[in-house]
Amino acid sequence: MRDVFVEIWESIRRNKLRTCLTGFAVSWGIFMLIVLLGAGNGLMNAFMMGGEDIATNTMQVGGGRTSKPYDGLKEGRRIRLDDRDVALTGGELFSAHVDQVIATVSSGVTVNYGKKYFSGLIEGNYPERQEMDKIEVRYGRFINEKDIRERRKVVVLSENQAEILLGSDASISRFSLGPLGNGKKGTKQVDVQRLLGERVRIGTFAYRVVGITKSDRMSDSNLFYAPYTTVKTIYGKGQDIDDITFTFHGLDSEAENEAFEEQYRAVVNLRHRAAPDDNRALWIWNRFTQNLQMNRGRNILSTALWIIGLFTLLGGIVGVSNIMLITVKERTHEFGIRKAIGAGPWDIMKLILAESVSITAFFGYVGMFLGMLACLLLDKTVGQSTVSVMDEQIAMLVDPTVGLDVALGATVVLIVAGTIAGLFPARKAAQVRPIEALRAE
Amino acid sequence: MLIELKDVNKTYNNGQPLHVLKGIDLSIDRGEFVSIMGASGSGKSTLLNILGILDNYDTGEYYIDGRLIKGLTERQAADYRNRMIGFIFQSFNLIGFKTAVENVELPLFYQGVSRHKRHEMAMEYLERLGLTDWAGHYPNEMSGGQKQRVAIARALITNPKIILADEPTGALDSKTSEEVMQLLTQLNREEKVTIIVVTHESGVANCTDKIIHIKDGIIGQIEDNRRHQSSVFGTSTIMK
Repeated sequence: MRDVFVEIWESIRRNKLRTCLTGFAVSWGIFMLIVLLGAGNGLMNAFMMGGEDIATNTMQVGGGRTSKPYDGLKEGRRIRLDDRDVALTGGELFSAHVDQVIATVSSGVTVNYGKKYFSGLIEGNYPERQEMDKIEVRYGRFINEKDIRERRKVVVLSENQAEILLGSDASISRFSLGPLGNGKKGTKQVDVQRLLGERVRIGTFAYRVVGITKSDRMSDSNLFYAPYTTVKTIYGKGQDIDDITFTFHGLDSEAENEAFEEQYRAVVNLRHRAAPDDNRALWIWNRFTQNLQMNRGRNILSTALWIIGLFTLLGGIVGVSNIMLITVKERTHEFGIRKAIGAGPWDIMKLILAESVSITAFFGYVGMFLGMLACLLLDKTVGQSTVSVMDEQIAMLVDPTVGLDVALGATVVLIVAGTIAGLFPARKAAQVRPIEALRAE
Repeated sequence: MLIELKDVNKTYNNGQPLHVLKGIDLSIDRGEFVSIMGASGSGKSTLLNILGILDNYDTGEYYIDGRLIKGLTERQAADYRNRMIGFIFQSFNLIGFKTAVENVELPLFYQGVSRHKRHEMAMEYLERLGLTDWAGHYPNEMSGGQKQRVAIARALITNPKIILADEPTGALDSKTSEEVMQLLTQLNREEKVTIIVVTHESGVANCTDKIIHIKDGIIGQIEDNRRHQSSVFGTSTIMK
């Protein structure tokens, strides 16, 4: 093995400039591949922000507006879900697939703490929500059974909201409806833990803060949680509820999910005197199928990026192949000598192939290294900034880097590419007859 | 017999067929020192290429040490060349980017001999040819005679059955030519190496014990030259 590398080194040393110029094309190809994939990952991560933390086997159902007349009623009628829909969902009819069912009610409120305040949406919820939405409680706890039973006036706020309430600069709160970027902009770092156990005023009631959740950048950050029973009692709308969330099992394919949704929609629609196939009357947000679609989108994007990257790399590969052809031509006489003193065709082929793979791999790794550096740079600059869209801070790129799998994939690509680049020149070198090779000058 | 050729024919088919060797019958025994002489176009180079398994022949039989050399794969041919034949060329054919010792090592490299061992052996052969001081030098730093001695060391290192020398003095001046021929004679006398020299210089041929004259693709006269008196010119030196 060492001998082969000595031979390669000797050959490359004699043609430094040529090798470097060719190598640059390979480096460039791999560099582009890595940066493209990194940026693609960042884009997808930004899209999926918040989504990936959610249990995928849940469906959320909310009332919409009917889009067609049915049962003597005009279209455009508003459908409101109520307690009986919850009972229906959790009932025998769907028991084959539905596990836990919880309902939420919410109301727009203003939360006051001392002189600070913010406007938000109080959402009455159940303890199960934490598991379903993978809500991360940083300090304290989430709503528990006892809160529900006793209709306690407790709230779980997000970090951003807690920061606003504790913030030293009162003016911030006035503009802080939406999420605050990364929680860095404008706010000083405050110890949000201080708010635990404190009482905040919502409307005419005082609520105790029992927990503080991690803020994420994408979901509605003006939302906070309170016990379902409390919110329902205080902001009661009779039997009406906002939405139903339930977990399910046994629906493994997209087709099965669609069939279930259709059946579910028909049952609930009929109860509200809407056409069974009216897709607008009921909103169903199926995280399982959505996740499938997201993954498919991600795969398509990354496949497209791989293809673009590989085509860029192709230019470099052709360059290497070209250089190897020139090398073979230049070294024909030498190969003739080698053959005369006992080198077989494979010995000659090995020499060219190893050289080709070495050049490709070396410059490929240089490109990969630079590409990863560029990704890190991207992460440190664009990855940290957000764009303001309709009062919402949206991250453009989140963690735009590539994983070990891409590095391994690229390594395989490099070795295969180097082999292919060297194959034809190597065959040419191996096939030339020794007397002809010796005659060549 | 070490080498036996029976009715060997070779035709080149480049455009017009050219019948170069027209039935060569030849036997060379172990330890012989033979020269093949002929004008250019006589077929002597083709014969040498066939003897060296660098080229194949059309009909007939060629045996080295009782082994038929015919229809070999490239790999087998390379192996036979490596183990049975040592080449000495007119233009030395040393690899320019390798030092003298690395050039000498090369045949052993293709035998898979370990790095350390082949270096040791190569140094030993260079020492025998008086080139120890030049081991680390590149061919372009050496004189023609030195280069040819490196090439001889390379040919000898695998301990081959035959040394094939193709115009070994063609690129050397008369003094160096004489030295090289003396060296070959010495190898033949002292180590009983079988040497076949292809030349068109009668002075060179005169150094050998047997002169095979080839003309128009057939063996003409085989001259017993053990008394080294065949050349009219320079019985004592090689005329250039």
